[in-house]
Amino acid sequence: MEFNTNFILGCSAIGAGLAVIAGIGPGIGQGIAAGHAAAAVGRNPGAKSDVTSTMLLGQAVAETTGLYGLLIAMLLLFVKPLMP
Amino acid sequence: MGRGILLSGAADIDFMVHGVFSYELFGQTLWITTTHVCLLIVMLVIMGFCIAAGRCMKKASEVPGVFQNIVELIVEMLDGMSGSVMGKYSVKFRNYIGTIFIFIFLSNISGLFGLRPPTADYGVTFALGIITFVLIHYNQFKYQKVRGVIQGLCDPWPIWAPINIIGELAVPISLSLRLFANVLSGVVMMALIYGLLSKIAIIWPAALHVYFDLFSGAIQTYVFCMLTMTYITNACTTE
Repeated sequence: MEFNTNFILGCSAIGAGLAVIAGIGPGIGQGIAAGHAAAAVGRNPGAKSDVTSTMLLGQAVAETTGLYGLLIAMLLLFVKPLMP
Repeated sequence: MGRGILLSGAADIDFMVHGVFSYELFGQTLWITTTHVCLLIVMLVIMGFCIAAGRCMKKASEVPGVFQNIVELIVEMLDGMSGSVMGKYSVKFRNYIGTIFIFIFLSNISGLFGLRPPTADYGVTFALGIITFVLIHYNQFKYQKVRGVIQGLCDPWPIWAPINIIGELAVPISLSLRLFANVLSGVVMMALIYGLLSKIAIIWPAALHVYFDLFSGAIQTYVFCMLTMTYITNACTTE
């Protein structure tokens, strides 16, 4: 079946939008990590720098799955692998 | 870009890697790209700093001057970072960790100076991931011997070995993709702001530069080095 290039471009854009939904998960995870870090600092203000660095490390690792979705969206929009 | 970004009519949005110069090698056309040029600039800056630091430390004095103080601060910070994670193994690896820390950090913040960050090219970050992968497995075979490696692969039961092998292979890919995607997202975001909002992008993009280039770059550098150190320490320890 022959498809129009505009049709494929539109479908790629929809796919990119769907792929970026992957950002929900890391958002929730980072929020939970930041909340617990805030609680930890409230309980033990002396350990603030340790808690902060641990929180940032964990958040950066948790962010990875969201970045995979972003990468898929970028590939669909700019590299256009589906174009004939 | 052909039709322009999302048909918005802005033709000057530009964040891709461009070829500068092409040459033939073994019948294949290869390109020197903007990544190579930016990489070269970053390397020259690091080399210049290191030569100056070496000259300074040769005639180091008891009471350090300004430059000697800065160099000592950097070295102490890097040694402290690797020492706190790797413990007794840090002596052998702190050169490597310090090198990749300085290199990735300068690459990430080179967006501030108008370069396209070299780490926003998957070729660069994948090479870093491969180096880490080779180090992990070299040390695993060295410290745990072949028996320990096979035991580690067949961890709960031997039938889990394929899944463990996939998990090992995923390490360099996830390490390099994390760094690459973070820096690339910053580059794309800044290109979109300068391209689409070029009429009103006067001074306030500086705040975004602080986030995307400085903060995000520093965090990702720290994460890359931390994970590298953790993986190598895991490979070194024998049960």
